Amino acid sequence: MLEETGIPDRDDIQNNLPDEERLKEGPVAIFECYQEIPCDPCYYSCPLGAIEEFEDINNLPELDFDKCTGCAQCVANCPGLAIFVIDYTYSEDEGVIRLPYEYTPLPEVDEQVIALDHSGEEVGPGRIVKVVNNENQDKTAVIWLAVEKEKLVTVRHFKRMEESSDG
Amino acid sequence: MDKVDKMDRADKMGNLDKVHKMGNLDEIERIELAVVGGGPAGLAAAVKAAELGLESIVLFERDNFLGGQLVKQTHQFFGSKDQYAGTRGIDIAEELTDKVRKEAAIEVKTGAVVQGYYEDAVIGYLEDERFQKVKPEKTIIATGAAEKMLSFPNNDLPGIYGAGAVQTLMNQYGILPGEEILMIGAGNIGLIVTYQLLQAGVKVKAVVEATDKIGGYAVHATKIRRAGIPILTKHTIKEARGDSKVEEAVICQLDENWNIIPGTEEILEIDTICLAVGLTPKIDLALQAGCQMAYVPELGGDVPVRDEDLEMTEENIYIAGDAGGIEEATAAILEGELAAINAVRAISGGGSDLEAVYAEVSEKLADLRRGPVGEEIRSGLKKARGDENAGRDRYSRQRRYSK
Ligand SMILES: Cc1cc2nc3c(=O)[nH]c(=O)nc-3n(C[C@H](O)[C@H](O)[C@H](O)COP(=O)(O)OP(=O)(O)OC[C@H]3O[C@@H](n4cnc5c(N)ncnc54)[C@H](O)[C@@H]3O)c2cc1C
Ligand code: SF4
Ligand code: SF4
Repeated sequence: MLEETGIPDRDDIQNNLPDEERLKEGPVAIFECYQEIPCDPCYYSCPLGAIEEFEDINNLPELDFDKCTGCAQCVANCPGLAIFVIDYTYSEDEGVIRLPYEYTPLPEVDEQVIALDHSGEEVGPGRIVKVVNNENQDKTAVIWLAVEKEKLVTVRHFKRMEESSDG
Repeated sequence: MDKVDKMDRADKMGNLDKVHKMGNLDEIERIELAVVGGGPAGLAAAVKAAELGLESIVLFERDNFLGGQLVKQTHQFFGSKDQYAGTRGIDIAEELTDKVRKEAAIEVKTGAVVQGYYEDAVIGYLEDERFQKVKPEKTIIATGAAEKMLSFPNNDLPGIYGAGAVQTLMNQYGILPGEEILMIGAGNIGLIVTYQLLQAGVKVKAVVEATDKIGGYAVHATKIRRAGIPILTKHTIKEARGDSKVEEAVICQLDENWNIIPGTEEILEIDTICLAVGLTPKIDLALQAGCQMAYVPELGGDVPVRDEDLEMTEENIYIAGDAGGIEEATAAILEGELAAINAVRAISGGGSDLEAVYAEVSEKLADLRRGPVGEEIRSGLKKARGDENAGRDRYSRQRRYSK
Protein backbone atom coordinates (compact mmCIF):
# COMPACT_ATOMS: atom_id res chain seq x y z
CA MET A 1 0.00 0.00 0.00
CA LEU A 2 2.76 2.44 0.98
CA GLU A 3 4.37 1.92 -2.41
CA GLU A 4 1.16 2.64 -4.30
CA THR A 5 -0.41 5.42 -2.30
CA GLY A 6 2.12 6.87 0.10
CA ILE A 7 0.02 5.71 3.05
CA PRO A 8 1.76 3.28 5.43
CA ASP A 9 -0.06 0.08 6.42
CA ARG A 10 -1.84 0.08 9.74
CA ASP A 11 0.14 -2.93 10.91
CA ASP A 12 3.42 -1.24 10.17
CA ILE A 13 2.34 1.82 12.10
CA GLN A 14 1.32 -0.32 15.04
CA ASN A 15 4.61 -2.21 14.97
CA ASN A 16 6.54 0.99 15.54
CA LEU A 17 5.07 1.49 18.95
CA PRO A 18 6.73 0.31 22.14
CA ASP A 19 4.67 -1.74 24.59
CA GLU A 20 1.97 -0.17 26.70
CA GLU A 21 4.13 0.03 29.76
CA ARG A 22 6.70 2.16 27.99
CA LEU A 23 3.97 4.36 26.56
CA LYS A 24 2.68 5.02 30.06
CA GLU A 25 6.10 6.17 31.20
CA GLY A 26 6.17 9.26 29.03
CA PRO A 27 7.14 10.60 25.61
CA VAL A 28 8.85 8.29 23.15
CA ALA A 29 9.97 8.53 19.53
CA ILE A 30 8.35 6.53 16.76
CA PHE A 31 10.11 6.03 13.45
CA GLU A 32 7.96 5.80 10.36
CA CYS A 33 10.90 4.95 8.15
CA TYR A 34 9.96 1.80 6.29
CA GLN A 35 12.22 1.71 3.28
CA GLU A 36 15.94 1.04 3.20
CA ILE A 37 17.50 4.21 1.83
CA PRO A 38 21.04 5.55 2.21
CA CYS A 39 20.36 7.88 5.11
CA ASP A 40 21.58 8.18 8.69
CA PRO A 41 21.25 11.68 10.25
CA CYS A 42 18.87 10.41 12.94
CA TYR A 43 21.67 8.35 14.46
CA TYR A 44 23.95 11.38 14.72
CA SER A 45 21.24 13.63 16.12
CA CYS A 46 20.31 11.57 19.17
CA PRO A 47 22.13 12.92 22.23
CA LEU A 48 21.34 9.79 24.25
CA GLY A 49 22.55 7.08 21.91
CA ALA A 50 19.05 5.64 21.75
CA ILE A 51 19.33 4.97 18.02
CA GLU A 52 21.61 2.09 17.20
CA GLU A 53 24.66 2.83 15.13
CA PHE A 54 24.10 2.02 11.47
CA GLU A 55 26.23 -0.87 10.32
CA ASP A 56 25.18 -0.11 6.78
CA ILE A 57 23.90 3.34 5.92
CA ASN A 58 20.96 1.72 4.18
CA ASN A 59 19.69 -0.04 7.29
CA LEU A 60 16.43 0.95 8.89
CA PRO A 61 16.92 2.88 12.13
CA GLU A 62 16.52 0.89 15.33
CA LEU A 63 15.45 2.57 18.51
CA ASP A 64 16.06 1.47 22.05
CA PHE A 65 12.80 2.58 23.68
CA ASP A 66 14.35 2.43 27.12
CA LYS A 67 17.09 4.91 26.29
CA CYS A 68 14.78 7.29 24.41
CA THR A 69 13.40 10.16 26.48
CA GLY A 70 11.30 11.62 23.69
CA CYS A 71 13.42 14.77 23.57
CA ALA A 72 12.59 15.14 19.83
CA GLN A 73 16.09 16.18 18.75
CA CYS A 74 15.86 13.59 15.99
CA VAL A 75 12.46 14.87 14.80
CA ALA A 76 13.87 18.04 13.28
CA ASN A 77 16.97 16.31 11.95
CA CYS A 78 15.32 13.62 9.86
CA PRO A 79 15.25 14.75 6.22
CA GLY A 80 12.35 12.36 5.62
CA LEU A 81 10.22 14.03 8.32
CA ALA A 82 9.54 10.47 9.38
CA ILE A 83 10.08 10.68 13.14
CA PHE A 84 7.41 11.70 15.65
CA VAL A 85 7.31 11.72 19.42
CA ILE A 86 4.11 10.61 21.12
CA ASP A 87 3.24 11.25 24.73
CA TYR A 88 0.30 9.52 26.39
CA THR A 89 0.94 11.20 29.74
CA TYR A 90 0.15 14.80 28.78
CA SER A 91 -3.20 14.99 30.59
CA GLU A 92 -6.12 12.86 31.66
CA ASP A 93 -7.63 12.50 28.21
CA GLU A 94 -5.27 14.28 25.89
CA GLY A 95 -2.01 13.10 24.50
CA VAL A 96 0.60 15.09 22.60
CA ILE A 97 2.27 14.33 19.31
CA ARG A 98 5.42 16.28 18.48
CA LEU A 99 5.72 16.49 14.75
CA PRO A 100 8.06 18.10 12.22
CA TYR A 101 6.57 21.08 10.41
CA GLU A 102 8.05 23.07 7.53
CA TYR A 103 5.21 25.34 6.47
CA THR A 104 4.97 29.05 7.16
CA PRO A 105 3.66 30.90 9.02
CA LEU A 106 4.08 28.68 12.05
CA PRO A 107 0.97 28.10 14.17
CA GLU A 108 0.61 29.82 17.52
CA VAL A 109 0.38 28.30 20.93
CA ASP A 110 -3.24 27.53 21.92
CA GLU A 111 -4.38 27.73 18.31
CA GLN A 112 -7.17 25.29 17.45
CA VAL A 113 -6.33 23.22 14.37
CA ILE A 114 -7.69 20.23 12.50
CA ALA A 115 -5.71 17.05 13.02
CA LEU A 116 -4.94 14.99 9.89
CA ASP A 117 -4.01 11.34 9.58
CA HIS A 118 -1.47 9.58 7.31
CA SER A 119 -3.67 10.13 4.27
CA GLY A 120 -4.46 13.75 5.01
CA GLU A 121 -8.01 12.98 6.16
CA GLU A 122 -9.43 15.08 8.97
CA VAL A 123 -9.65 13.11 12.21
CA GLY A 124 -10.88 15.73 14.66
CA PRO A 125 -9.77 18.82 16.50
CA GLY A 126 -6.31 19.49 17.87
CA ARG A 127 -4.65 22.24 19.86
CA ILE A 128 -1.13 23.61 19.52
CA VAL A 129 0.66 23.30 22.84
CA LYS A 130 4.15 24.39 21.96
CA VAL A 131 6.17 25.53 18.95
CA VAL A 132 9.88 24.73 19.05
CA ASN A 133 11.99 26.38 16.40
CA ASN A 134 15.62 26.66 17.44
CA GLU A 135 18.60 27.67 15.36
CA ASN A 136 19.96 24.12 15.34
CA GLN A 137 16.75 22.77 13.80
CA ASP A 138 17.55 24.38 10.49
CA LYS A 139 14.03 25.60 9.76
CA THR A 140 12.20 22.39 10.62
CA ALA A 141 9.99 23.36 13.53
CA VAL A 142 8.74 20.80 16.02
CA ILE A 143 5.09 21.34 16.85
CA TRP A 144 3.46 19.91 19.95
CA LEU A 145 -0.10 19.01 19.06
CA ALA A 146 -2.59 17.87 21.70
CA VAL A 147 -5.29 15.45 20.54
CA GLU A 148 -7.48 12.80 22.14
CA LYS A 149 -5.27 9.98 23.37
CA GLU A 150 -6.81 7.34 21.10
CA LYS A 151 -5.83 9.44 18.10
CA LEU A 152 -2.11 9.55 18.78
CA VAL A 153 -1.60 6.49 16.59
CA THR A 154 -3.28 8.05 13.59
CA VAL A 155 -2.56 11.78 13.77
CA ARG A 156 0.54 12.86 11.81
CA HIS A 157 -0.18 16.33 10.55
CA PHE A 158 -2.65 19.17 10.94
CA LYS A 159 -4.18 22.00 9.01
CA ARG A 160 -5.05 25.49 10.10
CA MET A 161 -8.67 26.60 10.48
CA GLU A 162 -8.27 29.42 7.93
CA GLU A 163 -7.11 26.93 5.33
CA SER A 164 -10.28 24.91 5.67
CA SER A 165 -12.64 27.88 5.60
CA ASP A 166 -11.28 29.35 2.39
CA GLY A 167 -11.55 25.94 0.84
CA MET B 1 55.60 32.41 -41.90
CA ASP B 2 55.35 35.89 -40.67
CA LYS B 3 55.47 34.78 -37.06
CA VAL B 4 58.57 32.66 -37.49
CA ASP B 5 60.28 35.52 -39.23
CA LYS B 6 59.57 37.86 -36.43
CA MET B 7 60.72 35.39 -33.85
CA ASP B 8 63.88 34.70 -35.76
CA ARG B 9 64.70 38.31 -35.91
CA ALA B 10 63.99 38.83 -32.26
CA ASP B 11 66.12 35.85 -31.42
CA LYS B 12 68.97 37.21 -33.47
CA MET B 13 68.63 40.43 -31.64
CA GLY B 14 69.11 38.50 -28.44
CA ASN B 15 65.94 39.87 -26.94
CA LEU B 16 64.84 36.66 -25.25
CA ASP B 17 62.13 38.25 -23.24
CA LYS B 18 60.48 39.56 -26.33
CA VAL B 19 60.66 36.18 -28.00
CA HIS B 20 58.91 34.65 -25.08
CA LYS B 21 56.08 37.13 -25.17
CA MET B 22 55.60 36.89 -28.88
CA GLY B 23 55.58 33.15 -28.79
CA ASN B 24 52.86 33.29 -26.16
CA LEU B 25 50.57 35.37 -28.30
CA ASP B 26 49.65 32.35 -30.31
CA GLU B 27 50.09 29.82 -27.64
CA ILE B 28 47.18 28.38 -25.75
CA GLU B 29 47.21 28.65 -21.98
CA ARG B 30 48.16 25.37 -20.38
CA ILE B 31 46.69 24.17 -17.12
CA GLU B 32 46.80 20.98 -15.14
CA LEU B 33 43.09 20.35 -14.72
CA ALA B 34 39.89 21.61 -16.29
CA VAL B 35 36.62 20.90 -14.52
CA VAL B 36 33.49 21.43 -16.60
CA GLY B 37 30.39 22.08 -14.49
CA GLY B 38 30.02 23.83 -11.15
CA GLY B 39 27.50 21.48 -9.52
CA PRO B 40 28.39 19.33 -6.51
CA ALA B 41 30.49 16.94 -8.62
CA GLY B 42 32.54 19.69 -10.24
CA LEU B 43 32.97 21.71 -7.05
CA ALA B 44 34.09 18.67 -5.07
CA ALA B 45 36.47 17.67 -7.87
CA ALA B 46 38.13 21.08 -8.00
CA VAL B 47 38.51 21.27 -4.21
CA LYS B 48 39.96 17.77 -3.97
CA ALA B 49 42.45 18.40 -6.77
CA ALA B 50 43.63 21.59 -5.05
CA GLU B 51 43.90 19.86 -1.70
CA LEU B 52 46.01 17.19 -3.34
CA GLY B 53 48.45 19.76 -4.63
CA LEU B 54 47.50 20.71 -8.18
CA GLU B 55 48.36 24.33 -8.85
CA SER B 56 46.42 25.28 -11.94
CA ILE B 57 42.80 24.27 -12.01
CA VAL B 58 40.07 26.00 -13.99
CA LEU B 59 36.43 25.42 -13.12
CA PHE B 60 33.93 26.29 -15.85
CA GLU B 61 30.28 26.97 -15.06
CA ARG B 62 27.71 27.95 -17.64
CA ASP B 63 25.46 29.76 -15.17
CA ASN B 64 26.44 32.92 -13.38
CA PHE B 65 26.51 31.12 -10.05
CA LEU B 66 27.97 27.90 -8.70
CA GLY B 67 26.09 24.99 -7.16
CA GLY B 68 24.26 23.33 -10.07
CA GLN B 69 21.03 21.59 -9.10
CA LEU B 70 21.78 22.12 -5.42
CA VAL B 71 20.91 25.78 -5.60
CA LYS B 72 17.27 24.90 -6.22
CA GLN B 73 16.98 22.38 -3.39
CA THR B 74 15.48 23.89 -0.28
CA HIS B 75 14.79 20.54 1.38
CA GLN B 76 17.08 18.58 3.69
CA PHE B 77 19.25 16.08 1.89
CA PHE B 78 19.55 12.37 2.39
CA GLY B 79 22.69 10.42 2.25
CA SER B 80 25.49 10.06 4.67
CA LYS B 81 25.98 12.53 7.47
CA ASP B 82 29.63 13.15 6.45
CA GLN B 83 28.42 14.09 3.01
CA TYR B 84 26.03 16.74 4.30
CA ALA B 85 22.88 14.66 4.81
CA GLY B 86 20.27 16.50 6.84
CA THR B 87 21.58 19.75 5.38
CA ARG B 88 19.58 21.67 2.80
CA GLY B 89 20.84 21.48 -0.77
CA ILE B 90 21.23 25.22 -1.05
CA ASP B 91 23.42 25.29 2.08
CA ILE B 92 25.57 22.46 0.75
CA ALA B 93 26.10 24.51 -2.40
CA GLU B 94 27.26 27.44 -0.31
CA GLU B 95 29.69 25.36 1.74
CA LEU B 96 31.25 23.79 -1.34
CA THR B 97 31.44 27.13 -3.10
CA ASP B 98 33.23 28.66 -0.11
CA LYS B 99 35.80 25.90 -0.21
CA VAL B 100 36.38 26.48 -3.91
CA ARG B 101 36.83 30.22 -3.42
CA LYS B 102 39.39 29.63 -0.69
CA GLU B 103 41.68 27.59 -2.91
CA ALA B 104 44.10 29.86 -4.72
CA ALA B 105 44.85 27.12 -7.23
CA ILE B 106 41.29 27.17 -8.57
CA GLU B 107 40.32 29.76 -11.11
CA VAL B 108 36.53 29.96 -11.27
CA LYS B 109 34.94 30.98 -14.54
CA THR B 110 31.20 31.49 -14.22
CA GLY B 111 29.12 32.43 -17.21
CA ALA B 112 31.56 30.32 -19.23
CA VAL B 113 30.13 27.61 -21.46
CA VAL B 114 32.44 24.88 -22.60
CA GLN B 115 31.72 24.32 -26.28
CA GLY B 116 33.99 21.51 -27.21
CA TYR B 117 36.91 19.27 -26.42
CA TYR B 118 39.10 19.19 -29.49
CA GLU B 119 42.02 17.27 -30.86
CA ASP B 120 45.21 17.66 -28.88
CA ALA B 121 43.11 18.00 -25.74
CA VAL B 122 42.16 21.62 -26.23
CA ILE B 123 39.01 22.96 -24.59
CA GLY B 124 37.08 25.71 -26.33
CA TYR B 125 34.78 27.87 -24.25
CA LEU B 126 32.62 30.92 -24.63
CA GLU B 127 33.07 33.65 -22.05
CA ASP B 128 31.94 37.27 -22.39
CA GLU B 129 30.85 36.40 -25.91
CA ARG B 130 34.41 35.51 -26.81
CA PHE B 131 35.54 32.09 -27.87
CA GLN B 132 38.67 31.11 -25.97
CA LYS B 133 40.87 28.09 -25.56
CA VAL B 134 42.78 26.35 -22.85
CA LYS B 135 44.84 23.17 -22.84
CA PRO B 136 44.49 21.03 -19.74
CA GLU B 137 46.47 17.91 -18.96
CA LYS B 138 43.34 16.31 -17.55
CA THR B 139 39.66 17.17 -17.81
CA ILE B 140 36.76 16.24 -15.59
CA ILE B 141 33.33 16.48 -17.18
CA ALA B 142 30.64 17.13 -14.58
CA THR B 143 27.90 18.69 -16.67
CA GLY B 144 24.95 17.16 -14.81
CA ALA B 145 21.66 16.13 -16.34
CA ALA B 146 18.88 17.31 -18.63
CA GLU B 147 15.15 16.81 -18.10
CA LYS B 148 13.14 14.35 -20.17
CA MET B 149 9.95 15.46 -21.93
CA LEU B 150 6.63 13.68 -22.20
CA SER B 151 4.47 13.79 -25.27
CA PHE B 152 0.72 14.26 -25.03
CA PRO B 153 -1.70 16.44 -26.99
CA ASN B 154 -1.17 20.15 -26.34
CA ASN B 155 1.96 19.69 -24.27
CA ASP B 156 3.20 22.96 -25.73
CA LEU B 157 0.48 25.09 -24.12
CA PRO B 158 1.77 27.86 -21.85
CA GLY B 159 1.59 26.77 -18.23
CA ILE B 160 3.28 23.41 -18.81
CA TYR B 161 6.75 23.35 -17.30
CA GLY B 162 9.52 20.94 -16.50
CA ALA B 163 10.24 20.41 -12.80
CA GLY B 164 13.55 22.20 -13.12
CA ALA B 165 11.88 25.33 -14.48
CA VAL B 166 9.32 25.28 -11.67
CA GLN B 167 12.10 25.03 -9.11
CA THR B 168 14.05 27.83 -10.72
CA LEU B 169 10.98 30.11 -10.72
CA MET B 170 10.07 29.36 -7.13
CA ASN B 171 13.29 28.82 -5.30
CA GLN B 172 15.59 31.17 -7.15
CA TYR B 173 13.28 33.96 -8.24
CA GLY B 174 10.46 33.59 -5.72
CA ILE B 175 7.78 33.44 -8.43
CA LEU B 176 4.89 31.00 -8.16
CA PRO B 177 4.33 29.06 -11.37
CA GLY B 178 0.54 28.98 -10.86
CA GLU B 179 -2.22 28.39 -8.35
CA GLU B 180 -3.46 24.91 -9.10
CA ILE B 181 -1.07 22.31 -10.36
CA LEU B 182 -1.02 18.79 -11.66
CA MET B 183 2.28 16.98 -11.10
CA ILE B 184 3.31 14.25 -13.53
CA GLY B 185 5.74 11.72 -12.08
CA ALA B 186 6.18 10.31 -8.58
CA GLY B 187 9.93 9.87 -8.61
CA ASN B 188 11.95 11.78 -6.03
CA ILE B 189 11.91 14.96 -8.09
CA GLY B 190 8.13 14.92 -8.61
CA LEU B 191 7.56 14.29 -4.91
CA ILE B 192 10.05 16.88 -3.71
CA VAL B 193 8.85 19.60 -6.07
CA THR B 194 5.27 18.83 -4.99
CA TYR B 195 6.33 19.38 -1.40
CA GLN B 196 8.07 22.64 -2.28
CA LEU B 197 4.93 23.81 -4.09
CA LEU B 198 2.82 23.03 -1.02
CA GLN B 199 5.25 24.96 1.13
CA ALA B 200 4.90 27.89 -1.23
CA GLY B 201 1.13 27.74 -0.77
CA VAL B 202 0.30 26.36 -4.22
CA LYS B 203 -2.49 23.81 -4.48
CA VAL B 204 -1.36 20.50 -6.00
CA LYS B 205 -4.43 18.66 -7.25
CA ALA B 206 -2.74 15.29 -7.70
CA VAL B 207 0.49 13.53 -8.52
CA VAL B 208 0.06 11.00 -11.32
CA GLU B 209 2.50 8.18 -11.95
CA ALA B 210 2.27 5.76 -14.86
CA THR B 211 3.96 2.80 -13.19
CA ASP B 212 2.35 0.78 -10.42
CA LYS B 213 4.75 2.02 -7.76
CA ILE B 214 5.90 5.32 -6.37
CA GLY B 215 9.45 5.60 -7.64
CA GLY B 216 10.73 8.13 -5.13
CA TYR B 217 11.53 7.55 -1.49
CA ALA B 218 8.57 6.49 0.63
CA VAL B 219 9.30 9.26 3.15
CA HIS B 220 8.90 11.91 0.46
CA ALA B 221 5.58 10.34 -0.55
CA THR B 222 4.22 10.12 3.01
CA LYS B 223 5.08 13.78 3.60
CA ILE B 224 2.80 14.99 0.79
CA ARG B 225 0.18 12.30 1.28
CA ARG B 226 -0.44 13.38 4.87
CA ALA B 227 -0.90 16.91 3.61
CA GLY B 228 -3.82 15.46 1.62
CA ILE B 229 -2.32 15.23 -1.87
CA PRO B 230 -3.47 12.12 -3.75
CA ILE B 231 -0.70 10.10 -5.41
CA LEU B 232 -2.27 8.17 -8.26
CA THR B 233 -0.15 5.29 -9.50
CA LYS B 234 -1.07 3.60 -12.81
CA HIS B 235 -2.36 6.97 -14.02
CA THR B 236 -1.20 9.26 -16.76
CA ILE B 237 -2.14 12.46 -18.52
CA LYS B 238 -4.13 11.91 -21.68
CA GLU B 239 -4.22 15.48 -22.87
CA ALA B 240 -4.01 19.09 -21.82
CA ARG B 241 -6.75 21.50 -22.80
CA GLY B 242 -7.00 25.25 -23.00
CA ASP B 243 -7.13 28.16 -25.44
CA SER B 244 -4.18 30.39 -24.87
CA LYS B 245 -2.91 28.56 -21.83
CA VAL B 246 -3.53 25.30 -20.03
CA GLU B 247 -6.90 25.22 -18.23
CA GLU B 248 -7.66 21.53 -17.84
CA ALA B 249 -5.86 18.24 -17.72
CA VAL B 250 -7.46 14.96 -18.64
CA ILE B 251 -6.00 12.15 -16.58
CA CYS B 252 -6.81 8.46 -16.85
CA GLN B 253 -5.94 5.03 -15.53
CA LEU B 254 -3.58 2.61 -17.22
CA ASP B 255 -3.77 -1.18 -17.33
CA GLU B 256 -0.80 -3.53 -16.87
CA ASN B 257 0.19 -3.03 -20.49
CA TRP B 258 0.20 0.73 -20.14
CA ASN B 259 -2.98 1.09 -22.19
CA ILE B 260 -5.56 3.65 -21.23
CA ILE B 261 -8.56 2.04 -19.55
CA PRO B 262 -11.56 3.55 -21.36
CA GLY B 263 -14.03 5.40 -19.20
CA THR B 264 -11.53 6.26 -16.48
CA GLU B 265 -10.89 9.75 -17.79
CA GLU B 266 -11.15 12.50 -15.25
CA ILE B 267 -10.91 16.22 -15.86
CA LEU B 268 -8.88 18.35 -13.47
CA GLU B 269 -9.14 22.11 -13.52
CA ILE B 270 -5.64 23.42 -13.22
CA ASP B 271 -3.55 26.32 -14.47
CA THR B 272 -0.20 24.58 -14.46
CA ILE B 273 1.18 21.16 -15.29
CA CYS B 274 4.59 20.20 -13.99
CA LEU B 275 6.50 17.40 -15.71
CA ALA B 276 8.89 15.38 -13.57
CA VAL B 277 9.33 12.37 -15.78
CA GLY B 278 13.01 11.83 -15.32
CA LEU B 279 16.47 13.07 -16.10
CA THR B 280 19.01 11.98 -18.62
CA PRO B 281 22.79 12.59 -18.41
CA LYS B 282 24.04 15.60 -20.35
CA ILE B 283 26.53 13.81 -22.53
CA ASP B 284 27.02 16.19 -25.44
CA LEU B 285 30.53 17.21 -24.47
CA ALA B 286 31.77 13.67 -23.84
CA LEU B 287 30.15 12.58 -27.09
CA GLN B 288 31.72 15.39 -29.05
CA ALA B 289 35.09 14.52 -27.50
CA GLY B 290 34.72 11.11 -29.09
CA CYS B 291 34.02 9.07 -25.97
CA GLN B 292 32.15 5.86 -26.41
CA MET B 293 28.56 5.66 -25.10
CA ALA B 294 26.45 2.81 -23.82
CA TYR B 295 22.68 2.72 -23.38
CA VAL B 296 22.05 2.04 -19.71
CA PRO B 297 18.43 2.67 -18.66
CA GLU B 298 19.31 2.32 -14.96
CA LEU B 299 21.53 5.38 -15.27
CA GLY B 300 19.05 7.45 -17.29
CA GLY B 301 19.79 6.62 -20.94
CA ASP B 302 22.95 7.00 -22.99
CA VAL B 303 25.96 7.32 -20.72
CA PRO B 304 29.69 7.42 -21.36
CA VAL B 305 31.59 4.18 -20.96
CA ARG B 306 34.12 4.66 -18.17
CA ASP B 307 36.54 2.57 -16.16
CA GLU B 308 36.67 2.19 -12.40
CA ASP B 309 38.68 5.38 -12.18
CA LEU B 310 35.96 7.27 -14.08
CA GLU B 311 38.21 7.79 -17.07
CA MET B 312 36.30 7.58 -20.34
CA THR B 313 37.37 5.87 -23.54
CA GLU B 314 39.21 9.00 -24.66
CA GLU B 315 42.32 9.32 -22.56
CA ASN B 316 42.67 12.09 -20.01
CA ILE B 317 38.95 12.80 -19.71
CA TYR B 318 37.00 11.76 -16.65
CA ILE B 319 33.29 11.80 -15.96
CA ALA B 320 31.64 12.51 -12.61
CA GLY B 321 28.18 13.05 -11.15
CA ASP B 322 24.86 13.02 -12.97
CA ALA B 323 26.65 13.46 -16.32
CA GLY B 324 27.76 9.86 -15.99
CA GLY B 325 24.47 8.51 -14.65
CA ILE B 326 21.53 9.93 -12.70
CA GLU B 327 22.16 9.46 -9.02
CA GLU B 328 22.32 11.81 -6.05
CA ALA B 329 24.31 14.73 -4.74
CA THR B 330 26.25 12.62 -2.25
CA ALA B 331 27.34 10.27 -5.00
CA ALA B 332 28.13 13.23 -7.27
CA ILE B 333 30.40 14.75 -4.61
CA LEU B 334 32.22 11.47 -4.05
CA GLU B 335 32.57 10.80 -7.76
CA GLY B 336 33.95 14.30 -8.26
CA GLU B 337 36.53 13.62 -5.57
CA LEU B 338 37.38 10.25 -7.02
CA ALA B 339 37.86 11.64 -10.52
CA ALA B 340 40.10 14.35 -9.06
CA ILE B 341 42.19 11.86 -7.13
CA ASN B 342 42.67 9.77 -10.26
CA ALA B 343 43.57 12.79 -12.34
CA VAL B 344 46.11 13.91 -9.75
CA ARG B 345 47.49 10.41 -9.53
CA ALA B 346 47.95 10.33 -13.29
CA ILE B 347 49.68 13.70 -13.28
CA SER B 348 51.90 13.24 -10.26
CA GLY B 349 52.51 9.53 -10.43
CA GLY B 350 50.80 8.69 -7.17
CA GLY B 351 52.14 8.06 -3.72
CA SER B 352 50.95 6.45 -0.54
CA ASP B 353 48.96 9.47 0.67
CA LEU B 354 47.03 9.47 -2.54
CA GLU B 355 46.31 5.78 -2.25
CA ALA B 356 44.88 6.31 1.22
CA VAL B 357 42.52 9.07 0.07
CA TYR B 358 41.57 6.96 -2.91
CA ALA B 359 40.69 4.02 -0.70
CA GLU B 360 38.67 6.19 1.66
CA VAL B 361 36.58 7.83 -1.05
CA SER B 362 35.92 4.67 -3.02
CA GLU B 363 34.92 2.92 0.17
CA LYS B 364 32.35 5.62 0.97
CA LEU B 365 30.96 5.43 -2.53
CA ALA B 366 30.61 1.67 -2.31
CA ASP B 367 28.87 1.99 1.09
CA LEU B 368 26.40 4.44 -0.31
CA ARG B 369 25.47 2.14 -3.17
CA ARG B 370 25.28 -1.03 -1.13
CA GLY B 371 21.56 -1.00 -0.21
CA PRO B 372 18.47 -2.02 -2.16
CA VAL B 373 17.94 1.44 -3.66
CA GLY B 374 21.54 1.30 -4.88
CA GLU B 375 20.86 -1.90 -6.75
CA GLU B 376 19.89 -0.19 -10.00
CA ILE B 377 22.96 2.00 -9.84
CA ARG B 378 25.21 -0.99 -9.22
CA SER B 379 23.78 -2.91 -12.13
CA GLY B 380 23.88 0.22 -14.31
CA LEU B 381 27.51 0.92 -13.48
CA LYS B 382 28.47 -2.62 -14.38
CA LYS B 383 27.07 -2.01 -17.84
CA ALA B 384 28.64 1.44 -18.13
CA ARG B 385 32.01 0.00 -17.21
CA GLY B 386 31.54 -2.68 -19.81
CA ASP B 387 32.20 -5.32 -17.14
CA GLU B 388 29.79 -7.55 -18.99
CA ASN B 389 31.56 -7.32 -22.30
CA ALA B 390 35.16 -6.86 -21.29
CA GLY B 391 37.70 -6.91 -24.05
CA ARG B 392 36.10 -4.11 -26.02
CA ASP B 393 38.48 -1.66 -27.58
CA ARG B 394 38.67 0.61 -24.58
CA TYR B 395 40.60 -2.04 -22.73
CA SER B 396 43.35 -1.89 -25.27
CA ARG B 397 43.98 1.69 -24.27
CA GLN B 398 47.34 2.12 -22.64
CA ARG B 399 47.09 2.72 -18.94
CA ARG B 400 49.34 5.45 -17.69
CA TYR B 401 49.63 3.99 -14.24
CA SER B 402 48.72 0.85 -12.46
CA LYS B 403 46.97 0.32 -9.18
C1 LIG C 1 14.19 18.17 -7.26
C2 LIG C 1 15.50 17.52 -6.95
C3 LIG C 1 15.70 17.02 -5.67
C4 LIG C 1 16.91 16.41 -5.33
N1 LIG C 1 17.09 15.91 -4.05
C5 LIG C 1 18.25 15.32 -3.68
C6 LIG C 1 18.48 14.82 -2.35
O1 LIG C 1 17.64 14.92 -1.47
N2 LIG C 1 19.66 14.24 -2.08
C7 LIG C 1 20.62 14.11 -3.02
O2 LIG C 1 21.69 13.59 -2.70
N3 LIG C 1 20.44 14.56 -4.29
C8 LIG C 1 19.28 15.16 -4.64
N4 LIG C 1 19.07 15.62 -5.94
C9 LIG C 1 20.06 15.30 -6.96
C10 LIG C 1 21.20 16.23 -6.99
O3 LIG C 1 20.78 17.58 -7.04
C11 LIG C 1 22.03 15.89 -8.22
O4 LIG C 1 22.30 14.51 -8.23
C12 LIG C 1 23.33 16.62 -8.21
O5 LIG C 1 23.10 18.01 -8.26
C13 LIG C 1 24.22 16.20 -9.36
O6 LIG C 1 25.39 16.96 -9.33
P1 LIG C 1 26.24 17.23 -10.62
O7 LIG C 1 27.35 18.11 -10.17
O8 LIG C 1 26.55 15.96 -11.27
O9 LIG C 1 25.27 18.00 -11.63
P2 LIG C 1 24.50 19.40 -11.52
O10 LIG C 1 24.16 19.75 -10.15
O11 LIG C 1 23.41 19.31 -12.52
O12 LIG C 1 25.58 20.45 -12.04
C14 LIG C 1 26.04 20.47 -13.37
C15 LIG C 1 26.53 21.86 -13.67
O13 LIG C 1 27.23 21.86 -14.91
C16 LIG C 1 26.92 23.04 -15.60
N5 LIG C 1 27.18 22.80 -17.02
C17 LIG C 1 26.56 21.93 -17.84
N6 LIG C 1 27.09 21.97 -19.08
C18 LIG C 1 28.08 22.89 -19.05
C19 LIG C 1 28.99 23.38 -20.02
N7 LIG C 1 29.01 22.92 -21.28
N8 LIG C 1 29.88 24.34 -19.65
C20 LIG C 1 29.88 24.82 -18.36
N9 LIG C 1 29.04 24.38 -17.42
C21 LIG C 1 28.14 23.43 -17.75
C22 LIG C 1 25.47 23.28 -15.28
O14 LIG C 1 25.11 24.63 -15.47
C23 LIG C 1 25.42 22.87 -13.82
O15 LIG C 1 25.65 23.95 -12.94
C24 LIG C 1 17.90 16.27 -6.31
C25 LIG C 1 17.70 16.77 -7.61
C26 LIG C 1 16.52 17.41 -7.94
C27 LIG C 1 16.33 17.96 -9.32
S1 SF4 D 1 13.53 11.49 20.91
FE1 SF4 D 1 15.52 12.14 21.70
S2 SF4 D 1 16.20 10.38 22.83
FE2 SF4 D 1 14.56 9.64 21.56
S3 SF4 D 1 15.59 8.90 19.73
FE3 SF4 D 1 15.03 11.01 19.32
S4 SF4 D 1 16.82 12.17 19.86
FE4 SF4 D 1 17.07 10.16 20.79
S1 SF4 E 1 17.04 10.23 9.33
FE1 SF4 E 1 14.86 9.79 9.04
S2 SF4 E 1 14.71 9.02 6.93
FE2 SF4 E 1 16.88 8.93 7.52
S3 SF4 E 1 17.16 6.84 8.31
FE3 SF4 E 1 16.68 8.16 10.07
S4 SF4 E 1 14.47 8.00 10.29
FE4 SF4 E 1 14.93 7.23 8.26
